[in-house]
Amino acid sequence: MTAQEVRLCGLLLQEHFGEVVEKMGTELLRSGALNLRALAHQTSTPLDLVKKSLCVLVQHGMCVFGPGRRGPGGPVEYTANCERILYMLRYPRYIYTAKSLYGDTGELVIEEILQRGQMTMSCTVRTVADRLTHSMEDGQSMEYSEVITAFTRLVETHFLQRCPPVDSMGTAGKASSGSSDASAVPQPARPETHPDCYLIPQVHLTGRGKRRRSNEDGEAEEINAKKPRLENEVCGDEGIFWQVNFERFHLHFRHQSIISAVASKLDPTSSEIVRTMLRLSEVTTPANTAHTQALSANEIFRALPVSYNISRPILDQYLTLLVDDPMEFVSKTGDSGGGMYVVNLHRALANLARVTLESVVQERFGSRSARIFRLLLRKRHLEQKQVEDFAMIPAKEAKDMLYTLLSQNLVQLQEIPKTPDFAPSRTFYLYTVNQLPTARLLLHNCYKAVGNLIERRLFETKENRRLLEKSQRIEAILASLQGGGADAAQLSDVEEMITAPERQQLEALRHHINKLDSSENQVDETIFLLESYINSTQSSH
Amino acid sequence: MAGRGRGRSLFTFNVDSLGFGRGEALPTSAHAPSPLYPPMQFRPVPLHTGEEVDYMLALKQELKASSKNLPFHIRPARAKRVDRYSDKYQTGEPKNNSIEWSPWSRLPKELCIKEQKPRKAARSQVKPKIKHATGKAELIQKLETLEKKEEENHSEEEQDEEKKKKKAAEEEAESEEGEQYDEEEFEEETDYIMSYFDNGEDFGGDSDDNMDEATY
Repeated sequence: MTAQEVRLCGLLLQEHFGEVVEKMGTELLRSGALNLRALAHQTSTPLDLVKKSLCVLVQHGMCVFGPGRRGPGGPVEYTANCERILYMLRYPRYIYTAKSLYGDTGELVIEEILQRGQMTMSCTVRTVADRLTHSMEDGQSMEYSEVITAFTRLVETHFLQRCPPVDSMGTAGKASSGSSDASAVPQPARPETHPDCYLIPQVHLTGRGKRRRSNEDGEAEEINAKKPRLENEVCGDEGIFWQVNFERFHLHFRHQSIISAVASKLDPTSSEIVRTMLRLSEVTTPANTAHTQALSANEIFRALPVSYNISRPILDQYLTLLVDDPMEFVSKTGDSGGGMYVVNLHRALANLARVTLESVVQERFGSRSARIFRLLLRKRHLEQKQVEDFAMIPAKEAKDMLYTLLSQNLVQLQEIPKTPDFAPSRTFYLYTVNQLPTARLLLHNCYKAVGNLIERRLFETKENRRLLEKSQRIEAILASLQGGGADAAQLSDVEEMITAPERQQLEALRHHINKLDSSENQVDETIFLLESYINSTQSSH
Repeated sequence: MAGRGRGRSLFTFNVDSLGFGRGEALPTSAHAPSPLYPPMQFRPVPLHTGEEVDYMLALKQELKASSKNLPFHIRPARAKRVDRYSDKYQTGEPKNNSIEWSPWSRLPKELCIKEQKPRKAARSQVKPKIKHATGKAELIQKLETLEKKEEENHSEEEQDEEKKKKKAAEEEAESEEGEQYDEEEFEEETDYIMSYFDNGEDFGGDSDDNMDEATY
């Protein structure tokens, strides 16, 4: 974990959970595994605040606990999970994906579970139904069954999974049910090892969403509704908690980026074919494999969406085109069944990462430096003279650009001696670009960039806090006046409390903050791409 | 070494590759660390725009705003510099809040805050009892010494009164000590015999029969 990652995690924790949790989180990230007393001592915080923040972190899956170094008899040790904290940056993307796949209901389900970490199915269904009812027109309300359908579909496609059961073996004073050595430490297992990971429990949930109203009719409704609500309290799924399956979302994002790359390189029809291939192998392909399972052309033909109206010979032509493309998205692995094809996930990711690196160099240093960079990526090792010749750039400028890239660590120098004494006149100096370390460097820069963006946004908010508070107060006054039915003169009086230059300042502030927020989301896309590439490379070696 | 005398400026490598000739001025050396915000050669590419981007922006801001209202947002306890009257009526963050959202079976036992409450109540009960005991013991001692002092002067009534006072003192010692304690000390350390003290209860009770005479 680099310093920039820890800093970014701290900022994210502070935004969502406050300073206390941030202090605990950063201390755990810096010190590795700590037990409760050590953590309280190192951060000099009262014990109950430490306990509360640890509860928050464990609830959200950002901290795991386990038996410590002294074995099961010793104190419990807590370890923070840096990756999981960084996923908080991506929450809007997860929610938007759920919306595009499963509509508003799915979106709210994912949003509720993301905000609360873990939830039971019945609790989720009730909350989501209430929220949907709230946003619907008067008189309508949301059926629980619709929400249950959306929930079930999310589980079936593996976007939601059960929380791994915590293996608690009884406490010190109580009698445990059949465990040989009573260790007082509950230990969570990996979620996928649990056989019922994606099994929907039998839940008896009937009803509609409740709308919270402020008038008397609503109270009467609520009083009547209280009775059925009490009956619905125990639904039969206590203890079964659900969490978001981030890996599945990441798989979906990776596939989306490959499909859009194919669409922009070739044409929409080929992207449809690749989308079909990926969809067929979605649930069967494990997370970080280099390529999907082999699919025969017959299967692909059967699974193609009917609206595209692709006939069999045209499909074969498209497949040949995809195989022959230099990007190597798809390769042919056999001839049975009309031809066996696989999608090369790792190669596609590597290409995407390479293109990202090239575009970064281009935007920072200009197109000629980018040309040198691309040249070095393709030709691996080149001497200075060769660089000048191949890139067709005058010598002085080429030297300048090369040295700039070298000082930024995007290009490395490799020395190959002719004689054992490394004399400069008798040594070859070759310039080279290694894609993996450069990707890591850029990823680190991205973390730093997001940290800077968040800090700048906090700074801007703090600077103009007085103005923001004033505008919030005036909005509240306006809202209450409008609710109470005031005339236009009063409203305009209140509105005039903010002067025109203040209004301009507020407008500019909002524009800046929106821009900073939007930039965070977009830097996160680059982060995701580079992380996927690095993980894919590491797991394939 | 061979070329030291004659070829003084002979380098061991090809100087041309460095980018400047022998006679030209060396590139300027840096006198200060590189600037913190170096001027950028090229302007950055504008951000993406579109419905998707706007929706995600709105989502992000909503999430941040709503996460401040959830029970997961833990605020550090503000140091109470001045005891305020309103503290009695403001319970602040209910401690029970944490029980609702986390199932204790999934967390290690040591994080469970629920158990502290009965412990706290037991502890708070133990303390006043102790105070009660010490207060009682001291009071009884003092009372006994005072009794010995004023043994001759006190009749039985006054002893009963003192016993009543003792009981009252015992009862009062449960909640407070100190000031009331002092008051009773004053009451009992007077030099006057209690029977001298006429608290005026008999006043006006005798003259009810003869209303003709004016009372002065």
